[in-house]
Amino acid sequence: MILLDRVSKVYGKDSEDAAISRVSLHVEPKEFVIVVGQSGAGKSTLFKLLTREEKPTSGKIIVGGIDYENLKDKDIPNLRRKIGVVFQDFKLLPNKTVFENVAFALEIVGVSNREIKHTVPKVLSIVGLKSKESRYPRELSGGERQRVAIARAIVRQPKILIADEPTGNLDPKHAWDVIRVLERINKFGTTVLLTTHNQDIVNKLRRRVITISDGKIVSDKANASYEV
Amino acid sequence: MGKQTRGRRSTTLGRIFKTGFVNFFRNISLSVAATAVMVVTLTIVLFFVIANATFNHSIEEINNKIVVSVYLKDNVSPDKKDALINKLQGLDNVKSVKYVSKSDALIQYRADNKDNLELLQAVSQTDNPLPATIQVKPKDPTRNEEIKAILETPDIKALQSDETSYSGDRKEAIDKISNATSFFKKAVLVSVIVFTVISMLIIFNTIQMAIFNRRDELRIMRLLGASTWFIRGPFIVETMFYGIVSAILSIIICNSLFLIQDQAFNSSSLGLLDLTYANQYFIDHFYIFLGMQFLLGIFIGAVSALIATKRFLRFSQKKSHVLWRRRQQTL
Repeated sequence: MILLDRVSKVYGKDSEDAAISRVSLHVEPKEFVIVVGQSGAGKSTLFKLLTREEKPTSGKIIVGGIDYENLKDKDIPNLRRKIGVVFQDFKLLPNKTVFENVAFALEIVGVSNREIKHTVPKVLSIVGLKSKESRYPRELSGGERQRVAIARAIVRQPKILIADEPTGNLDPKHAWDVIRVLERINKFGTTVLLTTHNQDIVNKLRRRVITISDGKIVSDKANASYEV
Repeated sequence: MGKQTRGRRSTTLGRIFKTGFVNFFRNISLSVAATAVMVVTLTIVLFFVIANATFNHSIEEINNKIVVSVYLKDNVSPDKKDALINKLQGLDNVKSVKYVSKSDALIQYRADNKDNLELLQAVSQTDNPLPATIQVKPKDPTRNEEIKAILETPDIKALQSDETSYSGDRKEAIDKISNATSFFKKAVLVSVIVFTVISMLIIFNTIQMAIFNRRDELRIMRLLGASTWFIRGPFIVETMFYGIVSAILSIIICNSLFLIQDQAFNSSSLGLLDLTYANQYFIDHFYIFLGMQFLLGIFIGAVSALIATKRFLRFSQKKSHVLWRRRQQTL
């Protein structure tokens, strides 16, 4: 469950210039939610608040039962381990293979090599990249890279997956490959929070759509289509 | 602690060490520079410790050779002689008192001059002309005033056949040696400090460069939930590795220098520095020195890395957006 209660984020001192202003939001477990909005509307800030890259100026955030207000510096790694994150620019490590990139997420939490060898191929087959596990990111297409990033995000079986413009750099075919993977993960029971600019994707998915404009939620509808 | 947590911890620790080790070779040119300056530092430290011990040894040797000789008239009664010996033994600055009888003195004289026939004949022709002697070894030969005062009192002076020999009055020479060595010690100590600071700064810089080179990777690690120590640890392991390599190299350098000196110069001292003793001291304390160099190298490395990672990898939430903005500019 994700809960935001009147959350604001102001950079600098001018409160008129808030990146996010009094945003309240409630996402149930296993939901698939699409966040739309133009560039600079505040989507990325919203996600950075959820991954605790940023601290809210005011308001309350609770994710998976963790109240961010009481979160200490040393608890942040633990929080991030519970949330899977996918970025528009993939953020893969170029000098590691597909397998190693996914394994990396497990290595940093101390999972044994045996468990890694067992888990990673399974996750790579979910995203359809089992045959490319020894390739390097530069040898893959954009869509494939993004699916590696998704595999890395879900390999620790997070309850929540945040995908920030995962299709932003992809052509329509590859974009749909990525979206299908996300739908599949959602079907397994993971809450998915997706931001996108892609009208076609939003309209065809028919999911809950939250529209953000100027740092405020302007609409929040189930089975909705793209309207910015 | 559960078994699984323990297992995970040891796996993580293993990975931190492995990453640190791999990173040493990944930045080989930076690693070599940092290691080189640390080798210089550790070698100077080792040199300082050995030279210090050797100087102390030399000064002690000179001091040991200094004896106050009191020559007794032949007619001094054993009682008076014993009384004088007891009096001298009671003094604070007296280490030991040795009585050499006339006949002992003769035996000693003959032994000392066994190659000089003339001198031998000079003695044997007459009765034994050598006086009995009381040899006083002072604890601190530079402070003989107390002994002198007693020996100068008229009734004791009357027992003596000859002027007391303060072999003695080498206070000036000893002072000179002490001053020279203490100046030398200070100079080396200053260079130890200077080089320690330089190696710390260079390691500091090395870590800064490494962090800059790996900033994408570090950011990804952080976003994936890597703990602070999982990110910092490898840097610290890497610098500890500099320390270990430097310690071994400094010991090898020192050992080689002794070997070269032994074979090439075949000299046993360089001015005040008694190289034979220094070499022996090094061999006798080899494992202590090895341990000392390891500890020092690891210490210098770890402290610099701790400060550098604290300075350049900001983990605090308060500063995170500042760091983020800066990163947006640099990436």
